[in-house]
Amino acid sequence: MNDGQGAPTADRTTARDPSRFEDRFAARATGIKSSAMRDLMSLTERPEIISLAGGLPDTDCFPDEIFCEVWEAVATKYKASSLQYGPTEGLLELRQYICEIMRSEGAIAQPDEILVTAGGQQAIALAIGAFIDPGDIVIAEGPTYPGAVPTLTTNQAQVIHIPLDANGMSIDSLEEHLDRLDSQGRQPKLIYTIPNFHNPGGVTMSLERRHQLVALAAERDILIVEDNPYGAIRFEGDALPSLYELDAGAGGVVYLSTFSKILSPGVRIGWVAAPALILRKMNLGKQAIDLCSSTLGQRFIIEYLRRHDWRQHVGRLNIIYSSRRDAMLAALSNEFPAEATWSHPRGGLFVWATLPEYLQTSELLARAIDRHQVAFVPGGAAFLDGQGQHSMRLNFSSSSEEKITEGVHRIGAAIEAMTALQRAFGGGV
Amino acid sequence: MSSPQRVAVLKGGQSLEREVSLRSAANVEAALRRLGHQVISVDADSSLVRTLRTERPDVVFVAIHGKGGEDGTVQEILEILNIPYTGSGVLACVRSMDKVVTKAIFTDAGIPTPPACAFGEDAFRELGAADALGEVQLRLGLPLVVKPAKQGSAIGITIARSPEDVPRGIMSALSYDNHVMLEQFIPGREIAVSVIGTADPVALPAVEAVFSGDFYDFESRYTPGMTELVAPADLSDALAAEVSRVALQCYQVMGFRGFGRIDMIIDADDQVWVLEINPIPGMTDTSLLPKAAQAAGLSFDDVIERVLGEAALGI
Repeated sequence: MNDGQGAPTADRTTARDPSRFEDRFAARATGIKSSAMRDLMSLTERPEIISLAGGLPDTDCFPDEIFCEVWEAVATKYKASSLQYGPTEGLLELRQYICEIMRSEGAIAQPDEILVTAGGQQAIALAIGAFIDPGDIVIAEGPTYPGAVPTLTTNQAQVIHIPLDANGMSIDSLEEHLDRLDSQGRQPKLIYTIPNFHNPGGVTMSLERRHQLVALAAERDILIVEDNPYGAIRFEGDALPSLYELDAGAGGVVYLSTFSKILSPGVRIGWVAAPALILRKMNLGKQAIDLCSSTLGQRFIIEYLRRHDWRQHVGRLNIIYSSRRDAMLAALSNEFPAEATWSHPRGGLFVWATLPEYLQTSELLARAIDRHQVAFVPGGAAFLDGQGQHSMRLNFSSSSEEKITEGVHRIGAAIEAMTALQRAFGGGV
Repeated sequence: MSSPQRVAVLKGGQSLEREVSLRSAANVEAALRRLGHQVISVDADSSLVRTLRTERPDVVFVAIHGKGGEDGTVQEILEILNIPYTGSGVLACVRSMDKVVTKAIFTDAGIPTPPACAFGEDAFRELGAADALGEVQLRLGLPLVVKPAKQGSAIGITIARSPEDVPRGIMSALSYDNHVMLEQFIPGREIAVSVIGTADPVALPAVEAVFSGDFYDFESRYTPGMTELVAPADLSDALAAEVSRVALQCYQVMGFRGFGRIDMIIDADDQVWVLEINPIPGMTDTSLLPKAAQAAGLSFDDVIERVLGEAALGI
């Protein structure tokens, strides 16, 4: 805490002008605005707050002895080489394992079609960065992944949100938008979609829509960026083929995934599978950012996969998460008003709930944190156009069932307080 | 330069302005280090008293905005622990944190402030105060500024332009505090006058915030480049003298010490209206006080040194 800096540094400038950078920021940086909501979210880390806001997997489930065993193997087998830079595209052995993982899910990729990234977030940033110039149109679900919002904003994309329903992105609505754009002589650069256990929507795209989307995108010659961090976090139902698989090597889909949800977000390892021509551009983009992903992180995953079956670990996670999901759905039924609706995810980490229109979830969050010690992500964070004001994202993977039940109860109390106010104003409650 | 001291910078806290406080404190800490002081950075949490006892600072620089920092809470703790601190004492903080109390004090002192009324959340839920909104609008007119009674950085403020906007604005304001103030909207120029000093306080040049939106909201305040801060504000000599006079009167009537910032509106008839007074002015890169100091030929470090030099005890 004490910085121990007793030595004067007065020889450095004392004529400090805090506003001196104001005119120098790049246009893409000025798109990033301060927001009371972002500041508010920082309060969710207070220990007394039950936070259903994060998107954290439960790393407590990772067995201690396996963690130690794998690190020991990395230390003894690779020594200094694990401390060294690696190739930008990632270690070959890891890319081979990634191809195996994808194959087990039905998708065929070769190691030279894989780029290892610093988590799925970098995969998104590289994909957007490779294709989007300021003003380019991106199609995304509405809501879309809140973490993609700043990436799209800083790349100055013009985002069109396509509504989600229980079967995923509405292909009819997508087609209408594409026709409208076409009549204006415009075309989106890409379609960003999360088909499995959508974050934050909680829904999964049906097989029929997957076929429709791949066919429509091919017909209109629009690239699909398929983000699949949650595909393996499945509690019920059969796995559906990825868009990448349905595209069958036609080059119409860039596929993104990550080890964050199936093993650990702390190792920061994700990947892109894409045609070599696209991958080369993204490889250059990655070189400019960080040269290569963590060699230590890659070695950890390689050694883990060599010794253990990741599906067993995910199987354990899924049992835990599915009970937590059940606890959340039960609590929502007990605590939320009758007019509220919410998704019933069959996997993933999130429930998306929508409240009556007189409740703004950004305001509800301020009240919830300050007076009820509970937090969630307000729905506006998942849109770039101001929608989502009455919705919220609730995470069930990182809290115990008891905390989830209590957390939803507290949100229910905050909703009740606001509803009572609305009633006082004679509102339609 | 004063002799080097061990300065604990209190920052963060649990208010909605926590992040703003961290940005202010980062600048304050950097300045204190440049000035040769030893900085102890303290994020105020439940171990605050224990931390202060262990670290035994010579003086505390309070850089917490909003609840906890500007409402007299940490000042009361520092009084008990007998550690001199920067800025105003407990009473001045308590009075300025609540906009309802501030307004009453200003009105008593003959300081022009827009007429307003205020209600607690219970008044709406239990006493039917919503039925009196028609009278409120008759008395104060429209538009109305609807704001939480105890909240800074323009958080939770709505400009209600039609009767239908008023309940919505109240719902919003009551999300941030359990009291809401409904204040007559005075269109005009947004002016802030910062004051430093205790025995002989000095008003720094007025700063005008020129922004594109409806009002000087959170986004405009803290996004670099979104608001142009004109310092000194383009005012006639007479008006510049008037805003300084009013600011000093506010500062003194509230019993402020060290530093403070008075936010005002100058309407089309050059009438000055005081909106509020802040005992811990923002020290972020986009804040008003640093800009005012610069216009006065004072560096940021000069201000910090002066404020530190005024640190004291006393309710």
